[in-house]
Amino acid sequence: MSSLQAPVLEVEDLAVRFTRRGEQPTRAVDGVSFSVAPGETIGLVGESGCGKSVTSLAIMGLLPRRGVEVTGSVRFDGNDLVDAPDHVLRGLRGADMGMVFQDPLSSLNPTVPIGTQVTEVLLEHREMSKAEAQDEAVRLLDKVGIPDPGRRLKEYPHQLSGGMRQRALIAMALACSPRLLIADEPTTALDVTIQAQILELLRELVVDAGTALVMITHDLGVVAGLCDRVHVMYAGKIIETADRRDLFARPRQPYTGGLLASVPRLDSARGAPLTPIRGSARDAIPWSEGCAFAPRCDNAQDDCLTEVSGSTVPLVPDGPGRELRCRHPLEHPAAPSGATAHGAAR
Amino acid sequence: MTALGDYKRERIDELAARAGQLPEGDAGLSLTRSAVRRLRRDPVAITGAVIVLVFLVVAAFAPLLAPRDPVTQYLLSEIRPGLIPGSQEGFPLGADNLGRDLLSRLIYGSRQSLLIGVVSTVLGLVVGMTLGVLAGAFGGWVDTLVMRFVDIILSIPGLLMAITVSVLLGQNQYALMIAIAVVQVPIFARLLRGSMLVQRGSDYAVAARALGVRKSRIVFGHVLPNSLSPVIVQATLSLATAIIEAAALSYLGLGDPDIARPEWGAMLANAQDFLSIRPALAVWPALCIIVVALGFTLLGERLREALDPKFRR
Repeated sequence: MSSLQAPVLEVEDLAVRFTRRGEQPTRAVDGVSFSVAPGETIGLVGESGCGKSVTSLAIMGLLPRRGVEVTGSVRFDGNDLVDAPDHVLRGLRGADMGMVFQDPLSSLNPTVPIGTQVTEVLLEHREMSKAEAQDEAVRLLDKVGIPDPGRRLKEYPHQLSGGMRQRALIAMALACSPRLLIADEPTTALDVTIQAQILELLRELVVDAGTALVMITHDLGVVAGLCDRVHVMYAGKIIETADRRDLFARPRQPYTGGLLASVPRLDSARGAPLTPIRGSARDAIPWSEGCAFAPRCDNAQDDCLTEVSGSTVPLVPDGPGRELRCRHPLEHPAAPSGATAHGAAR
Repeated sequence: MTALGDYKRERIDELAARAGQLPEGDAGLSLTRSAVRRLRRDPVAITGAVIVLVFLVVAAFAPLLAPRDPVTQYLLSEIRPGLIPGSQEGFPLGADNLGRDLLSRLIYGSRQSLLIGVVSTVLGLVVGMTLGVLAGAFGGWVDTLVMRFVDIILSIPGLLMAITVSVLLGQNQYALMIAIAVVQVPIFARLLRGSMLVQRGSDYAVAARALGVRKSRIVFGHVLPNSLSPVIVQATLSLATAIIEAAALSYLGLGDPDIARPEWGAMLANAQDFLSIRPALAVWPALCIIVVALGFTLLGERLREALDPKFRR
């Protein structure tokens, strides 16, 4: 895609550890690296608890300082954000990088009208008078497709529908035309029809405007619809990276394969059982002891464990534009017919 | 026309009428305003509000409402050992042990009780909220310092604290107000701090940070307004306890020594020597205290429910 352009965001070897007094530190994110170029959309995909959201919060510098240890580097336009002072981060957030959260109702302040919350961002980052900000807010709400924006500005979050609220949040995130937008499961709390509208809105306003987009999701439908490149995460590490088409056509990590297989398909036989992945994300073993997915993996063999193979499973190049962390990946015959149909079905 | 057709049409008209009402009724309502709207439909809240309002009106217009002067000893000549004149022409509730009109004293007493209750609660609220905001907004060592100070105050039993303060400050009504306020400070401080801590971790506070909104704006524009409702409820309930506490302190002889200002607690204390002769002297002021405290409590409880999203229908 636009990979020739210099990336807006480069994340390298990012690790987040939660340390609590008297407890073993937990690694929520472990050695995650990726980059996003202008106009590019990448997907961070994985089950709940795999570290997607912590990654996004770490990029934005929104994790609490106490009890959290962030290492590695997050470069935005070449400037490292991990050790950046608060006022620098605050100047960037909202202005140059925006974020849209999962639950639009709880992400809006219930006691303040929508208008105040939209103008607040404008007043913070753009030199505007209150009247100008008011006009700009009307324009923004109109842009994200909220009808009768003048009236909506005076309303409170509980008076808007879920889709409207998410639109308002997107308007706020895009108020200062950021160059990077992180969307943390922006459609999870919405109806299917509204989901499609929001994704379409993101495509129009973000991707077409040349904004870099990091899409955090567990929904492969969202990935199929929007993302250029996909990073699949498991237990805090990236386990497979591929372009969208490649990933859907030939998933190599058994976990990715399992994710794809557990999505209900229209073209499967009626009454045919779904194939879920065994167990849950809690069954992961620490990466130091072997592949974290091994306990749930059908392909797992003895050398997936560190004590047998003598080393942890590395992330290695796997063909053009792909990376893989697996010793016994899924093999695909030359013609990838079924899997592309899957992508189209969504 | 068939009966069924009529029935259906009626149902549809009814639904249409209802659908027409809903959006209009709910448009442009803030949480506070919809809480007020809920309160206005709540018979218990209205009862509480009416009680409070009646006492407020009585207190405000005491000179107009009281039939006589509260300190003049009209019936002194009729008092004998073992006899205090009861209800009679011109004295609906009779006289007290010094021949003063009981009804007028009760009416004037409402001024003193409500004044002490309101002033001490406001005082406690202002100081408590200041401490709570400090602790809740800054966190860290400020929080630790403020909250340990508050814990120390809280560790002393309320009435004991109030007695100590009013003894230290001398016997006057301002000392009484401060004494009661001191007892309320830790309650408000803790409540506001706790509620601010919860709100600081909420999604919209994180979302506001993600938009680069400055910290002071997040604390005062977002966190504080959302943290106020438990404090408002507590303030209403505190008015009741403040009035009871004021009466208790007066009863213990720590109240306002000025006899020109009758006070329910002092009247109660005074009446206990004459319980066997005229129990009404104790019953009436006690009843006033109970009813006004009940009024504030009813209002406060219902306010809590109206402001709490969990009770929202």
